[in-house]
Amino acid sequence: MLGFSFKHLVTRLRGGIVSPLALRRMGVLGMNARNVNYIARYNDRDKYPIVDDKLNTKRAARRYGIPSPELIAAFETQPSRARVMAVIEPLWQFVIKPARGSGGKGILVIVGRKGDKYLKPSGAELTALDILRHVSNIHSGLYSLGGKPDRVMVEALVDFDPVFDNYSFEGVPDIRVIVFRGFPVMAMLRCSTHDSDGKANLHQGAVGVGIDLATGRSCHAVQRGLRIDRHPDTEMPFDKLVVPGWRDLVRLAASCYEMTGLGYLGCDIVLDRKRGPLLLEANARPGLAIQVANGVGLRSRLQHIESLDLEQLEKNVEERLNYSMIRFAATRGD
Amino acid sequence: MSPRAQVYILAVILALMGIGLTIYKNRALGFPLLPGEYRTVWTIEAKVGFDADGGPVKAALTLPREQRNMEVLGETFSSSGYGFNIIRENDEYRAVWSRRAAAGPQSLFYQLDVHQTPGAPLEQPLDLSTEVQKPLLGAREQEAVRQAIYSLVDSAHQRSSDTRTFTTQLLTALGDTRNQDRNLIFGYYKGSSLVDVALVVLAAAEIPAHRIRGLYLEDDRRRLDPEDLLEIYDGRRWVVFEPTSGSPGVPKNFFIWQRGGKSLLDVEGGRDSRVTFSVIANDVPARDVSMLKTSREKEALVDFSIYSLPIEQQSIFKLILLVPVGALVVVLLRVFVGLRTSGTFMPVLLAVAFIETQLFTGLSIFVLILILGLWVRFYLSRLNLLLVARIAAVVVTVVILMGAISVVSYKLGIEQALTVTFFPMIILAWTIERMSIVWEEDGPYEVVVQSGGSLLVAVLAWWVMTNRYIEHWTFNFPELLLVLLALILVIGNYTGFRLGELMRFRQLVK
Repeated sequence: MLGFSFKHLVTRLRGGIVSPLALRRMGVLGMNARNVNYIARYNDRDKYPIVDDKLNTKRAARRYGIPSPELIAAFETQPSRARVMAVIEPLWQFVIKPARGSGGKGILVIVGRKGDKYLKPSGAELTALDILRHVSNIHSGLYSLGGKPDRVMVEALVDFDPVFDNYSFEGVPDIRVIVFRGFPVMAMLRCSTHDSDGKANLHQGAVGVGIDLATGRSCHAVQRGLRIDRHPDTEMPFDKLVVPGWRDLVRLAASCYEMTGLGYLGCDIVLDRKRGPLLLEANARPGLAIQVANGVGLRSRLQHIESLDLEQLEKNVEERLNYSMIRFAATRGD
Repeated sequence: MSPRAQVYILAVILALMGIGLTIYKNRALGFPLLPGEYRTVWTIEAKVGFDADGGPVKAALTLPREQRNMEVLGETFSSSGYGFNIIRENDEYRAVWSRRAAAGPQSLFYQLDVHQTPGAPLEQPLDLSTEVQKPLLGAREQEAVRQAIYSLVDSAHQRSSDTRTFTTQLLTALGDTRNQDRNLIFGYYKGSSLVDVALVVLAAAEIPAHRIRGLYLEDDRRRLDPEDLLEIYDGRRWVVFEPTSGSPGVPKNFFIWQRGGKSLLDVEGGRDSRVTFSVIANDVPARDVSMLKTSREKEALVDFSIYSLPIEQQSIFKLILLVPVGALVVVLLRVFVGLRTSGTFMPVLLAVAFIETQLFTGLSIFVLILILGLWVRFYLSRLNLLLVARIAAVVVTVVILMGAISVVSYKLGIEQALTVTFFPMIILAWTIERMSIVWEEDGPYEVVVQSGGSLLVAVLAWWVMTNRYIEHWTFNFPELLLVLLALILVIGNYTGFRLGELMRFRQLVK
């Protein structure tokens, strides 16, 4: 653990820093500009609860016909041991989540059973007591912003499409699409690695793969800020990676604009073997790592959408989709 | 109006208000802009002494008038056994001490603190009498004196163009010991001072004049008699002359006690009465002078401010007023640098604790508590406790640790560690809890990054908050908080890159 952190430090220091003018020329969006110019301007506060609470997201998704992982149970209040056990006892695989968790914290994935034990993707075994403690922690607000009491969700484990099996170590790859005023503007695939401990967080060492909006092909891949060609654990080259049913996936992301009403939105989508793309969660404050994964700045794309006139902004999902897939294709090189 | 324009307008208004109030306090009220400025405060003591006859006693001392270039900061009267009051008599204030029976030598004291400010000493107009009483010198033996006086007046009149130059000429002649007329006059008015004689001569020339009694403010002078100046009316206004040099104007450092009028001291029921003065200079911090001055005048800006609180509360506020500065440091580091800390403003609370504990003691205690707390917390996590109970357990552990650190270090003779109590316990407990979650979820590297970031911010905030200029400004000019607010508002509009992003996005620049 300490070994790679040192390596991490050296990697970060190497190459030093670049001039802000160069970044601006590349159309890179900074955190301050994102907060002031996009989140504060286009995201109404009263719409935040739809995305900040995953139970609300799920409810809204059902109303708009957007597919999402099946909800098995939700505990509004501190559940008794018997109630939790009654829910999870018949299940072979499931996911326990806090409704208001931030940054993917507090998500417990159970992929199988072994006697009385529950298996995590890493192979670690948990007892029923461990799961009950996790439920209690979520409920006490350990993972929610500001430590507020939280609700507990039990979801069906997504039956992942095997196309990404070779591009992910232990964890589950998901696709993040940034949707601005209903137009998808950038997409990336996040693949967990041995380094990231099965997590899909880029700053923990997961690989960010930029996906071409036009084709669904990988166009760029980065781990810890450095460009790579192959997955570090599975040695699979990224240039062969194509996301199946790409158009449906992007359409799902674009339709989240109508569902949430948020102008600047990040959609996390996973591919189910049978059901196709499912909306995992939406995010009103999506991070900026997607620029690194794509090797392209967001600012110029966002400014292009901002420069559109009102008539074009009133297009329906399909029209917006067509527009984005042509305008933001990787071959255009902007 | 766009929100951005509103922010700038608001910021400008706030900054102008803050700066304006600061300048007002500095210029008009004399609050020093820099720490360590001293002002000279003169303590003048008037001692009234007399021998009481044994019957009823009444002593009246004329008190100094308002003088524009001298600010009275405070006055005290000591009068053991005497009744005391201040009466107003013909535009003059007099202190009156009275007693039914007193015998033997008596001493009464009046003391005042004054501070010299720039400006003209005397105020015109003054409704003093401009009547002139010509000296009566009708008797034969006075004929020579009368002639001498008129000869002086004539020669001065010829050598001058107006009343002012006439007075100067007259005073020069009266100071010249070779002048026969002058010697004759002084021979007649034996025992009279220069000013006494000058008043007689001026009266003969029909120029309204009176004496001014006062003191030269020089350090460590004792048993001073009051000095006299001469004030004449030139037809339009009153002009002061220094009698020995004959030059117009009130000398620098001259403290005017009595202008015109009658006697300085009247004693009934006593003999051998006299007033002597002593003067001492003290160097007093400029702020204290301003405080004394404004507290007398009930200046609203000062009277309705932190200064009107009791001293103990003031010292708490001194600390509280530093918190916004710490917050600004956090804003700067997060917006312009992009440092990650655990808990946005936790570093400010740490910095406040460091102010009390001193930096190195504070740092070592914090790191010690954090490490021990994390260690205990890891054990607690194995006990399957509810979150609230677990954090409460950590709070109790932190308290026990703080107690143990205090006792052990005290026994070892490290008294500084006793300041451990200044650490915010609940914040520490939450920090430990969050850190242990970060450890479990993101690994020890992230713990080191976050706690290192927090400590770095805390140390920087501490460094800024203990700067003597910052301390001086926040406490003496709380109005500057408005400027700080304006600055924070403007920073809140910054949309440029953070320093950390220049590194994070460097791969994007090919």
